[in-house]
Amino acid sequence: MASIKIENVQKAFGKTIAVDHLNLDIKEGEFFTFLGPSGCGKTTTLRMIAGFYYPTKGIVRFSGKDMTRVPPEKRNTGMVFQNYALFPHMTVFENVAFGLRVRKVSSSDLKRRVLDALQKVRLESYSDRQVSQLSGGQQQRVALARALVIEPEILLLDEPLSNLDAKLRDEMRVEILRLQRDYKITTIYVTHDQAEALSMSDRIAVFNYGVCHQVGTPEEIYNQPANDFVASFIGEINLLPVQVENVQKENLVVSLKNVEQPVRFHVQNKTGEGGPILQTDNNLAISIRPEAIRILDVAEEGMNVFRGKINSVQFFGSVVNVIVDVQSVSLRVDVFNTHEFGYFYQGKEVYVQLPEKQLRLIPVISGGAP
Amino acid sequence: MIKNRDTRLTIWLLVPVVLVLVAYVLYPSLRTFIESLQKDGAISLGNYQDFFVQESKTNLEALWNSVYISILSVLVSALIGIPLAFIFNRYDFPGRSFFSSAAILPIVLPSLVGVMAFMFLYGESGLIPNAIKDLFGLDKVPFKIGGISGILIVHAYTMYVYFYMTVSAAINKIDPSLEEAAYNLGANKFKVFWKVTFPLLTPAIVAASLLVFMISMASFSAPFLLAGGYRVLSLQIYFSKINGDMEIAATQSVILSIVSISFLLFMRWYQNRKDYRMASKGIGAHRSEVENPFMKWVMVVTGIIGVIILLLPHFTILLLSLVPDGTWTFQTYPSVFNVENYRLLFQDPNIFKPLRNSLLMAIIATLANLVFGVIASYVLVKRKFVGKSFVDILVMIPWALPATVIGMNLIFAFNEPSVFSFGQILVGTFWILPLAYFIRHIPLVVRSTNAVLEQLDDSIEEAARNLGAKWFYTFRKVILPIIMPGVLSGTLLAFIESVGEFPTSVLLYTISNRPISIEIMNQLRMFNMGQAAAYGMIQIALIVIVLFISNKFFGIKAEKAL
Repeated sequence: MASIKIENVQKAFGKTIAVDHLNLDIKEGEFFTFLGPSGCGKTTTLRMIAGFYYPTKGIVRFSGKDMTRVPPEKRNTGMVFQNYALFPHMTVFENVAFGLRVRKVSSSDLKRRVLDALQKVRLESYSDRQVSQLSGGQQQRVALARALVIEPEILLLDEPLSNLDAKLRDEMRVEILRLQRDYKITTIYVTHDQAEALSMSDRIAVFNYGVCHQVGTPEEIYNQPANDFVASFIGEINLLPVQVENVQKENLVVSLKNVEQPVRFHVQNKTGEGGPILQTDNNLAISIRPEAIRILDVAEEGMNVFRGKINSVQFFGSVVNVIVDVQSVSLRVDVFNTHEFGYFYQGKEVYVQLPEKQLRLIPVISGGAP
Repeated sequence: MIKNRDTRLTIWLLVPVVLVLVAYVLYPSLRTFIESLQKDGAISLGNYQDFFVQESKTNLEALWNSVYISILSVLVSALIGIPLAFIFNRYDFPGRSFFSSAAILPIVLPSLVGVMAFMFLYGESGLIPNAIKDLFGLDKVPFKIGGISGILIVHAYTMYVYFYMTVSAAINKIDPSLEEAAYNLGANKFKVFWKVTFPLLTPAIVAASLLVFMISMASFSAPFLLAGGYRVLSLQIYFSKINGDMEIAATQSVILSIVSISFLLFMRWYQNRKDYRMASKGIGAHRSEVENPFMKWVMVVTGIIGVIILLLPHFTILLLSLVPDGTWTFQTYPSVFNVENYRLLFQDPNIFKPLRNSLLMAIIATLANLVFGVIASYVLVKRKFVGKSFVDILVMIPWALPATVIGMNLIFAFNEPSVFSFGQILVGTFWILPLAYFIRHIPLVVRSTNAVLEQLDDSIEEAARNLGAKWFYTFRKVILPIIMPGVLSGTLLAFIESVGEFPTSVLLYTISNRPISIEIMNQLRMFNMGQAAAYGMIQIALIVIVLFISNKFFGIKAEKAL
């Protein structure tokens, strides 16, 4: 088991910079996820940890030891590739045994460890099969067993579930988590799927265009996104560009930009968060998750209550997605299904409340809110 | 650039590859070029001047004849190959799949042996013209091949296969819904063909045309045996060399190379252009059943006749190989048949020796091809380095250069000691022929290895390294075993081509290491066609065995291997 420290790493391919100014501190035994859209630098970072790329600048440390220029075969990491990269000319057993053979493990020990690993991924009865005879999920498990059997210090998973269908994906998600807990191994998981990231990780790093925007627990990432990219990449969100009108001790008053009649919101002034952001008041937005907005039939006392009209209703089963037009802005509101019929309909006049506590003032970095 | 282990490894692999290519591909070509600039002990363009303004115009005429024959070969091959590709891929009738596999039969015939078969079938004293003469009681043979018609017929027979295979592949890639869309929009059959199907096939047709043109420009065996007084450039090089006019031979070689290489470059440019890619996947073949019973039987009968014509040369060789020496002299048809020639082949050491020579030299050359091909291809496909396209072109040059030119290049480079031959004179020794065979087949082995290596995902190698394997261990235990079937199919093909190689052999052989092809030529000169044919049969048998092995053990279709 090892901790990983990435210090000021940059990776350039020719003139394009794939990863820039990256600093990460991954703890021993942590399940750490790199999340971001394709081409954001998450796989490049993973490959620098595996040793397939060497950083242009910066240092990679395993448990304090400088590994920046160590070749991949000397890093003792176990990697699961997106396409599994199983050796097609070998049986399941031979695939799993490969890393042990390289390490010159004695044959009795080797057999025991391979069968043990195969048992852990529940493939003990498949050890003599050719890998081509296995289903996608089984191949995935062979790849996991092959990576884990060498008792690596770090397990690296590069979008391991992206080639599986939805149902298998759920199953393998549980499986991977179970194995990670079993082996108590430091794990880095690369994915572009936010649901995977949120449900599996201890912590998540969100990447875009080679820059890491936020590192935090799934709850922090979801509830307190650092900027509009993180906010909109993970889950659904309402983002409204605003300017600050009035700063009080406990409250901020902001108003929507680009509207004829002023629309004002009250936002909690949270210590340590409000201060520095206010300097860049040209590029600010308020964000609120759709499930945080309340729909009211009659006006209630309280902050941030607005009159609006239902523009459209989409029924998803457990959740009903309602778009409410408030003046010139559309708000997306998710409401749990109350099992009443025709409760929401297009054109219905309603009130919405944006609870002060749930509204966050965040910087806009990607040029205009969606 | 960071100097790390991987860069070092790339350099270690690249250096021998580049060294071999420079020593045996680039340097010999340059030697020929320098030789062509020597005139009466001084450097001048005099030889080129002579080539183009010579009074007798022999050379210019030979160049023109080569181009003329090549254009005709393209046309005739296309006229046979394209319709066949359509018939076999678009219509279904009894025996279709048998006929379509029979269509590649000409490949199972080494060029020199094939030409020989055609001589005995359709030549002056050929079996077919004489049979027709006797059958109809004519005074003289109704037709005979020779000169330009002979070369053309042999070219058509061997080269239509390139059209047939490339166009077939292209037809099968056309998404049927494209044509259906055109019908749906109201186009009739004629319009659909000319406006949709044919334009989609043009890349394949152009590629095949260029290929056939290049091969006919380089063709040596057919003109050698059939040309009579007709001059073509590849043959002129040989005559110049025999007459000792080395500077002229060099000049002719350079000019032929320029024509061939410009075609290669044109072809690469054409293939790298954006071509029509079908967006859809999983296209099923759609053949329409021939329903009209009359048409159906016409097709079957035509197919059978076609197969007979295709197989006649093979049969002729078999038949001739059974005719003992001295039993077929003035008679129209041979009358005595036995296995005497085969008995002699394996019992008379003198007759067996060329076979042994050929096998030995082909094995040496092919082993070198295997080692070189795998390393070169690995570096080209899996490693990044500056100047890759230069190495790529060096690898392809022996494919573009006519065999005669490669032979001449080797003569100019190694008829004196050089660093690349470790200070030895190679011409006149045993080693010059294996070297020539090796150079000839570099592109074949590298290309077939490239094909399998490109299929091999990089992550396989990375997975092995991640599990702790060093590069060499990974290469031995993971990469080699996976690519071996593809590599071997290309290598085996290089082997059989080396066994039958004629044009370079005729320029470079010595009495003690003469290969089969030279002995066939000698036996023909002595009118001992039985023995010549027996050598030919051995080659045909080798080819059949190799294709069978490729198909059976490596699961590679004969068409793909070629």
